[in-house]
Amino acid sequence: MAKVILEMKNITKTFPGVKALDNVNLKVEEGEIHALVGENGAGKSTLMNILSGVYSYGSYEGDIVYDGDICKFSRIVDSESKGIVIIHQELALIPYMTIGENMFLGNERGKAFAINWNDTYGEADKYLRIVGLQESSRTLIKDIGVGKQSLVEIAKALAKNASLLILDEPTASLNDKDSRALLDLLLQFKKQGMTSIIISHKLEEISYVADKITVIRDGATIETLDKAADKITEDRIIRGMVGRSISDRYPVREKENIGEIALKIENWNVYHPLYTERKVVDNVSMTVRKGEVVGIAGLMGAGRTELAMSVFGKSYGTNISGRIAINGKEVNLHGVSDAIKHKLAYVTEDRKGSGLIMSNSIKHNTTLANLAGVSSRGVIDEDKEYRVAVAQKEKLNVRCSGVEQKAGNLSGGNQQKVLLAKWMFADPDILILDEPTRGIDVGAKYEIYCIINKLVAEGKSVIMISSELNEVIGMCSRIYIMDEGKFVGEVSGAEATQVNIMAHILKKRGKGA
Amino acid sequence: MNKTKVISFIKSNTMILMLILVTLFFVWQTGGKILFPQNISNLIAQNAYVFILATGMLLCILTGGNIDLAVGSIVCFVGAVGAKLMETYDVNWIIAVAFMLVMGIAIGAWQGFWIAYVRVPPFITTLAGMFIFRGLSNVVLQGLTVSLTDKAFIRTFGGGANCYIPDFLGGDGFNVTAMLAGILTCIIFLAVKIKGRIEKAKKGYEMESIVAMITRSAVISAVVLVFSYELALYRGIPTALVIVAIVVLAYAYITAKTTLGRHFYAVGGNEKAAKLSGIDTNRIYFFAYTNMGFLSALAGMMTIARMTSAQPTYGQNYEMDAISSCFIGGASAYGGTGKVSGVIIGAVFMGVINLGMSIMGVDANYQKVVKGGVLLAAVIFDVVSKKKNG
Repeated sequence: MAKVILEMKNITKTFPGVKALDNVNLKVEEGEIHALVGENGAGKSTLMNILSGVYSYGSYEGDIVYDGDICKFSRIVDSESKGIVIIHQELALIPYMTIGENMFLGNERGKAFAINWNDTYGEADKYLRIVGLQESSRTLIKDIGVGKQSLVEIAKALAKNASLLILDEPTASLNDKDSRALLDLLLQFKKQGMTSIIISHKLEEISYVADKITVIRDGATIETLDKAADKITEDRIIRGMVGRSISDRYPVREKENIGEIALKIENWNVYHPLYTERKVVDNVSMTVRKGEVVGIAGLMGAGRTELAMSVFGKSYGTNISGRIAINGKEVNLHGVSDAIKHKLAYVTEDRKGSGLIMSNSIKHNTTLANLAGVSSRGVIDEDKEYRVAVAQKEKLNVRCSGVEQKAGNLSGGNQQKVLLAKWMFADPDILILDEPTRGIDVGAKYEIYCIINKLVAEGKSVIMISSELNEVIGMCSRIYIMDEGKFVGEVSGAEATQVNIMAHILKKRGKGA
Repeated sequence: MNKTKVISFIKSNTMILMLILVTLFFVWQTGGKILFPQNISNLIAQNAYVFILATGMLLCILTGGNIDLAVGSIVCFVGAVGAKLMETYDVNWIIAVAFMLVMGIAIGAWQGFWIAYVRVPPFITTLAGMFIFRGLSNVVLQGLTVSLTDKAFIRTFGGGANCYIPDFLGGDGFNVTAMLAGILTCIIFLAVKIKGRIEKAKKGYEMESIVAMITRSAVISAVVLVFSYELALYRGIPTALVIVAIVVLAYAYITAKTTLGRHFYAVGGNEKAAKLSGIDTNRIYFFAYTNMGFLSALAGMMTIARMTSAQPTYGQNYEMDAISSCFIGGASAYGGTGKVSGVIIGAVFMGVINLGMSIMGVDANYQKVVKGGVLLAAVIFDVVSKKKNG
């Protein structure tokens, strides 16, 4: 048996209100490719961030033993000096610099005040040959495709004398050919004794390259499968990833009161706003009835948020085509105010970034989407505004010192409630809730589920986007499954299980890869 | 009052307290000269443009810390064209005024268009405007000074020797109208305060403590009364003060009470959130800069009236005075926070420092050093206090 090069022992990491990792153990042997799998939010990236020093020593509990030493990294540089190099999911290359400049960024050749460009480009070319990239190191990053860019990332890691390579979803944005080339490169490195950890959702790729697979679920290590000992199938991995039962974490809806079709979307296509040739939403059609909670399940980057925002007054994307009908009447929503007028609401997944105004009071946030409701001829009736804010606060049970409190000083769960309050005051008929329970504790989640049930009981429609399969299954009457911009399946709430939803996503990918 | 209350009182009133301290310092240093009626009156006349421009600048800054560098040049250009119209082409002054206002709005709209709809960074757009309109002023005036002779225009916009509201009540050496205006202002102010409080109490809303309210009202009333007494001792209410008061009150109302005002705070506080709430963010940017053009035109008129001439060098660094007043007055350099009342305090603060140092005979170069230091200190305070909260 080979020597254990890395051991992470009993790692526990808490964020305010959430335990992201709970007693996680990971053992990696020298010269193997070790895969880390798990659902979104299971804690894979957190674990890797701890290993690479993004979260410094002391902010977590437990030990990292690398090459026989206990490591206490306080910065990324510390882990890199040990040879642990992480390549993040989003490529971190600067478009208007050359390959060589990018490769040695922060690690410049030559002296502090005199960069040696000959060394820079000479060495860069050497590493480019190792990864098999036929480009001059003087080419600008913006001029090469994403496939080649990911190879540059690997070359950059090698230039830091990496002995342990961590790849976070390296093939997420690559096509099949580029992905295969990258995986083959990993196998080739393995022969030369390099150790790698790979995080991926693409199970086929994992079965192809990995020697061992560690499954993480809800911040805990579930099991480690060994290719040599266990028989690894995709179904086996999926079972490990999602195998848990839905307990009564979801309030029961008294009686389903589903009416006629409220929203109908047909052949909806959206392109990326910057890379206009990239299709983000691909020919999606869906219907939502009155009194219905419809889920859209999928992995991160599947295009769910993009779909929702493009429907909500074209707030995302370019070249949008397709038809929307509300209550049977075809509408054309040109802007957000149009969408609000047609009684549509989109509650963003990013409450800090695009939901609330943190520097403003709860009161001001509550009325922002419907200022007309508290004003006449453009002048705000502050008295009415105050009453509205208090009423909404009480309706949603927001815990605060008063409606004059700044939104930024609330806990995540209460901020989410204020965000919901804001949209409920706009009095929509169709609410799109994007990750409505992200990053909030179990109690607040339950309250938000109750609010959703109340809304549909009033005959409103809710579209719920969530990465937590549990939640989608627990709450929705019907679930659309989205992957890579397309709807790849539809299941009713009754027949939905985590395994069959994941299978829809992963099997479809499997065929493609 | 316990300790935390005192601290929070000091925190929320820092600039007022600083203003009082600075004023006291100058009273001590100038042997009370700074409070002479003539000096108080001059403080208004000399700084009228700062109040006007700072109010407009606040709207730009609210949208996200954006500034308008072209203000000084627009002031000069509009003033130059106005002077040329009235003197060289003998245009009636009312028509000239209307023309200047339209011109200001047009220039503002030009800048606003690039900023709001093409998304050219405001810094660049207005830096370009600063060059363009300064150059055009020179072209219009052909590098020369144009003297203004239209008495009615000069008087209306606060220039010349007799730019005061006449005393209808015929006090001898003491302007009764000015004193009466001061007393009236106080009564209205107190009435509004008390009425608001009674209403709040009736409905059981949150209120500031009664001690704080009485202290604040008493201080403000006292300042207004002393101020009007001083004006009455000199020559009465400067017409410039009337214009400033109208502008300031109008914009205080817009920012605090209207949906338009709320949209400014929303865009500056979180542009994405504002957009997703159905606010046309582009229109807000456009309005901010168009409005800045309008107020620059107004300031331009006041400038040529006060100087009774137009010169290609007028308005230099006016934008800097306006920007400084906003930041000293508590507007955030990141946008989204700041009030008209704060900006007024900022502008008075700058005015007092200017006046005090001038009376003391401090070298003009050192005056700049002090002003720069005050501005930096105010923004450091803003940034540091934000950090602690966030």
